[in-house]
This record gives sequence, structure tokens and C-alpha cells, in this order.
Amino acid sequence: MSAHDKLLGLSARPKIAVHKFSSCDGCQLALINDAVSLIELSSLVDVVHFAEAGPLDEFAEVDLAIIEGSVNTKHDIHRLEKIRAQAKYLLCIGACALTGGIQGLRNFTNPQQLLHWQHDIYPQETQIVIDEDLATAKAIHEYVNVDFEIPGCPVTSAQIMHAIRSILFGVEPEKNVDPVCTSCKHAGVTCVMVAKNEPCLGPVVANGCEALCPKLGRGCYGCYGSSKYANMDAMKNKLREMGLTEQQIMHKFHHINSQDAKFKGE
Amino acid sequence: MSVTKTTKIEVPILARVEGEGALDIEIENNEIKKCELRIYEPPRYFEKFLEGREPNEIIDAVARICGICPLAYQTAAAQAMEQVFGIEISPWAKDMRLLMMLGQWIHSQYLHVHLLAAPDFLGYRSGIEMAKDYPNEVLRGVRLQHLGNDIMKLLGGRSVHPNGVKLGGFWSSPKESTVKAFIPRLEAALKDAKEVIEFVAKLPFPDTTIPFKQVSLRHPTEYPVIASGVITSDGEEFDIADWEHHFKEFHAPQSTALHSTTLDDKPILLGPLPRLNLNFDRLPKHIQDMANATGITFPSNNMFHSVVARAIEGYWAIERALEICQAYTYTDTPSAPEQYAAGSAWAAVEAPRGIQIDKFDFDAQGKATHIRISAPTSQNLPCMEADLRIALKNFGLDRPNHELQLHAEMVVRNYDPCISCSAHFLTLNVVRN
Repeated sequence: MSAHDKLLGLSARPKIAVHKFSSCDGCQLALINDAVSLIELSSLVDVVHFAEAGPLDEFAEVDLAIIEGSVNTKHDIHRLEKIRAQAKYLLCIGACALTGGIQGLRNFTNPQQLLHWQHDIYPQETQIVIDEDLATAKAIHEYVNVDFEIPGCPVTSAQIMHAIRSILFGVEPEKNVDPVCTSCKHAGVTCVMVAKNEPCLGPVVANGCEALCPKLGRGCYGCYGSSKYANMDAMKNKLREMGLTEQQIMHKFHHINSQDAKFKGE
Repeated sequence: MSVTKTTKIEVPILARVEGEGALDIEIENNEIKKCELRIYEPPRYFEKFLEGREPNEIIDAVARICGICPLAYQTAAAQAMEQVFGIEISPWAKDMRLLMMLGQWIHSQYLHVHLLAAPDFLGYRSGIEMAKDYPNEVLRGVRLQHLGNDIMKLLGGRSVHPNGVKLGGFWSSPKESTVKAFIPRLEAALKDAKEVIEFVAKLPFPDTTIPFKQVSLRHPTEYPVIASGVITSDGEEFDIADWEHHFKEFHAPQSTALHSTTLDDKPILLGPLPRLNLNFDRLPKHIQDMANATGITFPSNNMFHSVVARAIEGYWAIERALEICQAYTYTDTPSAPEQYAAGSAWAAVEAPRGIQIDKFDFDAQGKATHIRISAPTSQNLPCMEADLRIALKNFGLDRPNHELQLHAEMVVRNYDPCISCSAHFLTLNVVRN
């Protein structure tokens, strides 16, 4: 099925829901922050569930369910399955929903370590946490079928409005395949690695931020996940040449998007 | 034989608050039997996965605790690290840290006033719905929100998870022309901000009195944003490093959220109303006059006046940001040199919704060995539950369920709870009725 055919099922006036899983809320804020666009959007669609903005109807049948956050608890698996069953299309926004996000760092623990974490943070009522916690914080697509994804930590208002607009026009949101370096070149930003010997993941990280960190004179740390043609070995070699230890390199890869296949080392 | 009349009000999802929370209230014979605020945000373990990490990675990471107040976490973490390592940040960097925090205050306070709180007072389900009848007010709120966001972008590149703060100061210094361009916007915003104060002062406030101990940061010379002093409504003043000698954090069995109370188990209240009550003398005289002109006497113990406190703080924040921008000069050394030393330190900032407190331990290589991060909302949780009991009783327990529910939600929203924050490491009662 082509992407165009895929979106033929969309209603003339689509119903939209926004759901939060484990996250900081920052991606939903991309919708609320631009309240003018949100008001305009609500003239084109019915926003039936968006707890932070007000509307509540968690398991309503919708055309498009927008999901922020990762799955870390048993309860959330069931909630996600119910939401998926009621939605024609699923749009995941942000690093947590796409790769598990920063809390995906728990996935590197063994059961003893996780137990230690749980006891350390919840000394009194640990069992309640243990009973509900999953051993992992994982992406939405690990549990249900996902139709569209927008990367970023956080996603921007422009990205999300662009994606929703595309979907309303029956067009699949476009994917950015370029690395951050492309934006530096377009904007004429001096390379921080070449000029300042500042470690930068720009060569292997997907663009979307328009080289926000290099513009501030610092290296990219990977908010948008790996880029399509990333050469991770070359990146590692460059960081070694710059004097970074193996642990420092590992920490750079295991940060915002540690469960991204290329950063994880798969 | 007496008939027991039991009313149960369950709010499975609290709307117009940040994050995922629920509320259960049980009324029996016109008495509140149960009043529980449940938070079911899953734990994320920031304090654990950041052990062994380098300072600047931690500054980038802690922003992710909360999309609404990322800068509070970044600023407090940087301040704690600089104390441990003995790094003195420049007056320029101090000004810029304050300017960015003011940007976050401006964004968050006006978001709350217009989109989250005002619909309650005016009888709408959401800000979107309210915009149909109050387009100018909502647009004014959006303008002010954007101003706050743009101030954060000035130094951080973006407003959610900004990237400007580093150990010792900032990664870069903005051009003078870019900063000066904010002056006319801030001047125009003062007019908007004055109107917001007048607008919120006219809202219909339910009558209620909170008996809680109020706690705020205290700055030696001005209204507190980044400060190390603590002041309480019982007249205590102490350094943030002595926090644990006055208050305790514990894991409450009924909600399993980490709560803060006094050592003798009394709730403590943090946020805009206690901040204004305890620091009214730190406001410039003309802003005190504006506050008095609302007809509300500060200190006020009516928690519904929080929305007015937010509007007054917003005005102060805009004026303070204007002063910083007017005095701004470019520097080619936005950061002090980095150095590491083993040790431990406390630091705190006033996030829009209350005090955010950190304690960091580092080894001699600058790697974190122990981290404690306390979110403002988790500290306010016992107050919210106690306040609900008082406010609902004042409201009248014999009222219909839907009215009680709306009122209860309004009480909770008053605190502008940031539930992702409070649950980044704690909580959860996942039993949903």
C-alpha cells in the first residue's frame, strides 16, 4: 500500500487524541506552546483527548492518536494496546516514544542493579514499584504497530504542526535523512570539531534541530537519534583521535537515544 | 437506625495539569473519609542512571526531568556543581542565569494563568474553549508565553531543553544587538502584564484559608529566583544546606509518592503565593502598590489568590528581564574555566511552582557519585491533599458530585502541579478504580 492510499481512511473532520506515556511532557508542550496554531488546529479537527489542554476521553475511537513517551510499566502496555485498537493511525512524537528516550538507560541494568535502583529511590514502598515496573523503558513500536514517527528531544512546534498538516492532506510526513552537519554547512556555521576540538555527534545524528548546538559553539549530543547513513565506526575513531576514552565515547552514545539501534551498537 | 450516605468522587485523569495524576475522594455522612491524590507517572531513575556521568552531560540530562521547567533543574545542578568544584561564575553569567530563569517564569506563569487556571474561574473546560469568548485575553497570554520562550532561546537555542547552560557559565554569549532587540518587546509586555494583574484580580475567588507553614527561598537583596537562603512563615531563616534539619522527605504509603513535611509531619506549602507572602518586601515599591491595588491584602492565606501572585510575579519578572537586557554587554568569556574536586553541595532555585532542591556528590574526577533531586510538586503533595479537605468542606460537601469534582480539580490546579517532575523518580499507585 502506498503512503497515499494508507491515509485514505481519514475522516473528513478527523478526531485526534494526544496521549502521554513516560516522558517529561516537553513534546506535548510543542502543541500547547503554540496556542495560536492549536486553536487553528481545533478548527480543522476534533481534539477529543488531550489531558494537559483539557479534553478528556481516553479510549475514544479516533482517526489519529498522537503518542508521547515510552513504555516502562505493565499498566502502560495495556493502555497502549487499547489506544492502538481505537485509533486508525498512530503518530509517535519525540525520543521517548521513538527509542525509549533517556530513561531507556535503565535497559543496560541487570535485574540485581534495577532492584538496587528501586530500593535506593523508594526505600519504604519498594514492592509497589517492583510489581509495576518493567525491566525496560522501550519505544512504542516495540509493543504496537506505529504509522508515523517524528524524532527529537523535544520535537518542535513546527515539526509537529507540519506532520499533522501533511497527514490531514493525506500525505505521509516526510522523513529527514540528513545529518546535523548539513545544517551547519547551509548556515555557514564553523565546524566545532575542526575549529575548537569540541566533540560533536553531528556527523551521525539526524537533522531536525538545524544545528542548534554547533550554533551555540558546542557539540551535538544526539537529540534526534542516528541519521540514516551514519557511519558509527568513523565517528568513534574521530572521538578517539580527539583523546576521548572508551567510556566517554560510550556515554556520548548512551544518552538521549541510547536504545537507537546504531547508538546501542547493534 | 441512621442511614449512612456515602459519596465517591473519582477523577481518573486530572485535566490541565502537567503529567498523569488522579484523585479519589470519599465522603461519608458529610465528612471526608478519604482524599487521595494519586500519581501514576512511571519512575524514570534519573538519580541512578546519572551516577558516574560528567557535569555537562548531567546538565543536559536533568532538563529532561521536566519539559515545563527544564531550566530550573539545569540551573540548580550547575550551581551545586560549581560549589563542589570551587568555580566562581562571572557577574555576566550570574545575570544570564537569572535572565533565562526569568524567561522560564514568564512562560510558565502566563501559560498557567491563561490556559490552565482562568478557564476554571470563568467556567470553561479548556483554554481553547475559553478563547472563543475571550480571544484577546488568550492571545495576550500567548504573546507573553512566547516572550518567555524567546528569552530562553536567546541563550539556550530553544525553550524546551535549552542548551546554553554549562559548568562555569554558558556555552556562548549572544550579540548585543540580539539582546537589545528584546527591550521594546519587554517594554510592550509590561503593559500586557499590568492588564493581566487587573484581569485576574477581578476573578471570583472562593473563600478558603490555608493553615500550612509556607516556605520560600530568600534572596539578600531582591525577589528570590536563584538563592541559597530559605525563609518560612514561622519566621525561620536558614541556608538551603540545612534543609534536612527542618524538613523531611518520606515515601507515603497511601499514594506512595515521596512527600515533604516538617519534622513533626505537618505539610509545607511552596510556590508563588508563599513566595509573594514571604518576599513582598523584596518587590520594588511600585509593584507593591500594584499588588495592593488588586484589593487583596498580602500576605494572603487564600490559596485561590495564587493566580494573582503568578500575575504579579510575571510583571516583576518582565521588569527585571528588561533591566538585565538594558545593561547587557557582550563577553568573549561566557564561562569560567572548568576544574574538578571531590565534595558535596546543596543548591536550590525557585521553579515557577516552588523550590527545586538538589544535592550532588562528586569524586575528584568530576563524576557524580550520589544525586538527590527534589521536585517542587512532590513537596507540595501533602498540602494539596490537606487543602482539598479544607476547600471542599468550605465549598459544601452536600453539593452535587460534578460541582464537587470541578471544585476539587480547581484546588489541585491552583498548585500548577508538575507531575512528570514529581514522578521522575518516585510515586505511583497504579490501582485505578
